[in-house]
Order: sequence, then C-alpha cells, then structure tokens
Amino acid sequence: MPNPLYRKHIISIPDFTREELELVVQTAAQLKAAPRGDLLKDRLLATCFFEPSTRTRLSFETAVQRLGGNVIGFADGANTSAKKGETLADTVRIISSYTDAIIMRHPKEGAARVASEFSTVPIINGGDGANQHPSQTLLDLFTLQETQGRLDNLTVAFVGDLKYGRTVHSLAQALSLFGARFYFVGPEALAMPDYLCEELDERGISYSIAATIEEVIPHIDILYMTRVQRERFDEAEYKKIQGQFVLRADMLRSARPNMKILHPLPRVDEITTDVDATPHAYYFEQAKNGVYARQALLSLVLNETV
Amino acid sequence: MTEKVYARNVEALKSGTVIDHIPAGQGLRILRLFQLAEYRERVTVGLNLPSGHMGSKDLIKIENVVLSEEQANELALFAPRGTVSVIEDFAVVRKQKLAIPDAVEGIFACPNSNCVSHVEPVQSHFSVRVTEHDTKMKCKYCEKVFSKDIVVDVR
Repeated sequence: MPNPLYRKHIISIPDFTREELELVVQTAAQLKAAPRGDLLKDRLLATCFFEPSTRTRLSFETAVQRLGGNVIGFADGANTSAKKGETLADTVRIISSYTDAIIMRHPKEGAARVASEFSTVPIINGGDGANQHPSQTLLDLFTLQETQGRLDNLTVAFVGDLKYGRTVHSLAQALSLFGARFYFVGPEALAMPDYLCEELDERGISYSIAATIEEVIPHIDILYMTRVQRERFDEAEYKKIQGQFVLRADMLRSARPNMKILHPLPRVDEITTDVDATPHAYYFEQAKNGVYARQALLSLVLNETV
Repeated sequence: MTEKVYARNVEALKSGTVIDHIPAGQGLRILRLFQLAEYRERVTVGLNLPSGHMGSKDLIKIENVVLSEEQANELALFAPRGTVSVIEDFAVVRKQKLAIPDAVEGIFACPNSNCVSHVEPVQSHFSVRVTEHDTKMKCKYCEKVFSKDIVVDVR
C-alpha cells in the first residue's frame, strides 16, 4: 500500500492526520541519520516563488538536489507571466505539464489551494500570504521530536506576535493533535486569534496567557520565540512594548535542562546573541532541520514507499 | 360594532414561491444575492411589513419559480426563522424547511481582501459551523474564519 502522502497536495496543516505528521517526522529522522541520494532520482521539480524567500527556497532546492532530483523555477514573480496578467490557474496548468511536483510561494492567501485545483501534479505550499507554511511546521515538529524524544503532551510557550504569526498558528494546531499545554506571551494587540483559541478549546487543549517570559520559563519544554514587527505599531506604542518580549541568557537560569528555544528566523533583536551559546539555543539546528523535513515530505509525496 | 378592515400586505400569488419572515432590512439583499430578479418573472417585495412576533419583516413573492433545497438552506443564513412556501393555484402546497447549510458556494465574496479567490477563476466557498453564540464561516482558500454577519455584509 502506498504511504498516505503519496501524490497528495501539501497545502495546509489542518489537512494532516496525526499519523501523517508522525510519518513525516520519522522519515526526516531517518534521512538525517542515513542520507539517501536516490529518492528523487530522475525527478524534476519546479520551485515557483512568486514572492521572494531566501531560506525556504534554498532549503527546498537543497532538499531536492540532495535526494538526487533536479529543479527548475524562479525566485521572484516580478519577471514571470503573472506580471503580464496571467492567472495562477493557467500558470500552474502549464508548469504541471513540465514537472513532477510544484513547490510554490505566493503573496495571496489561498494561492496553493487554488493551484492544487488546476495542477496535475502535487502542489507543495511553501507559504501563501499570511495563511499557511506547512513545511515550517513539519520542521518544527521534527525538531520537537528530536529534542524532546516525543510529540505528546509537551508544554510550549509561544512568545511575540501571536496574531499574525502563521508559524505559531500552524504549530499550535498540529500539537493540538498530540495533547499539549500552551502559554501565550505577547502584547495584547498581537494576541492569539479567537477562532484558534476556540479550536483549542474544542480539542480540550489547555492554555494560559502570561505577561512575561520569565514566569513561564521554569514550566516549559519549548520556548517558541517570534519577532514582533515594528510596523504593526505606532512609534509610541512600540516604545512601550519594546524590550518586553526579548529573551536574554540571564533569564534562562530557572529553565529545565531539556528546555529548547526555537525561532522560525530571521531573528532581529528578540533573542540577544548571548543566548546562542547556551545549551538551550536550538534555532540554528532547527533551521538546518528544514532540509531534512522537506526531504522527508518530498520523498513521501513522490514515492509510494520510502 | 366596527367593521374589521383587512387588507392584504401583498397581492396574492397564483403559483411560485413566498419567502416570508425575512428580518426587516434583508429583503433587498436576498433579492440581489440570489439574483431573484434574473428569472424575468414577476417579483413582489414587501419591506417593513408588520409582523406579530418579529415587529417588522420583509417578504418576497416570486412567480413560477421554486427554490432548490440548497438555495433555501442558503437563505437560512440571512433569515434563520424564514419560511419558504411553494404555491400552486393560490394555495400553499409545500413548506420548505430551512436548515443552515454545511457549505456555501459562490454566493458571498471572501471578506479577506488578500484572498486569492478574488482574482482567480474559482467560486468562493465557505464551510459553515454553528457555535453556541455565533455562526462561523471559513473560507476554503484563505482559511480565515469569519462571523456569518461579516461575510453576509460584504456584498
């Protein structure tokens, strides 16, 4: 029987079952331990980035090439037929006739879902506006499994922009399938959206809102930091909250030994550089795991068995 | 003894559909969103009619047209207590029951201006979920969740 992700579109984390998430995580661990250069042999994939992204695109392209596959594509929508007014639907119809799968990023929310309705090959969502970025969540889950040895019943604090942070939303949704305890730490204006809190309520996930990072540190397995973007606030407001959601090494004294700090990157000043040398910092390893998680995902989508 | 004066609110219908108990103010919107005038049949609209339990209500009569079950259910989003009666030869032959649908396709525009459904050749699509306090609609494309009233107000 083919694996459950074979020839599936990868659009959104809520589309995944718990077993499918576990399968990607296990496969990523296997590929990290024992690299395979043959899983995408003779396969051609497109990376269509209608919006620039350095890390996601390079990480996907690395994943394809490390697995023995080839890549065509573009890194910026500015020079494509989209600029001439072609619909995404038409662009995807054409590119899907050239390649075995399409990895895409697009500035409009829902773009990957639309693409999947017109493509004859699997669509892998590399980010659609502020909506979803499933491969980021898969690499986050893989990193949780790697550092904690499990996905079940983890205690996770999310810090920073909880309102617009799509990585936070998707990871919270994914972990809600495994039972979890959440702390939300951030400015009131950037609180978790109501609809997500309702989803967590329905799944019986307990969460609480905390005012400072320090008060949650002794209780958590994972500290998931995100950037509070200056442009979300006016200058006076920003001054008030600036510094409030910044992590410094001296705040980590009460942390559990297993506690790891993750961040989807890029970091600006919300984690001071003295944290990097502590045993809790794991964000660079997390970014490296992006290649393994994407290798796992692509291998499963393009091979009946891995 | 004073003679009781009875006047019909709206002219009687020989055959077709009467949509009654529409909350006052929603009648014209329903007419437009469901394109009821496009059938080229006679349509009579009553606005702000007196109603026993609603205070005031709107009402639509459309000749020679029967709504599909799907259309009737979509109406429930605007008029949760609405009634749809099918008329033949001046008599009510059937009352269509309204139930909030699980999904609505193509009627509403997504309130999210950055949703791809506005610029691609696809129909809008919302899944509908009734919660204790509200009816929520989730766009299939941008995956944003809106209160029903926000989606209904957009167009």
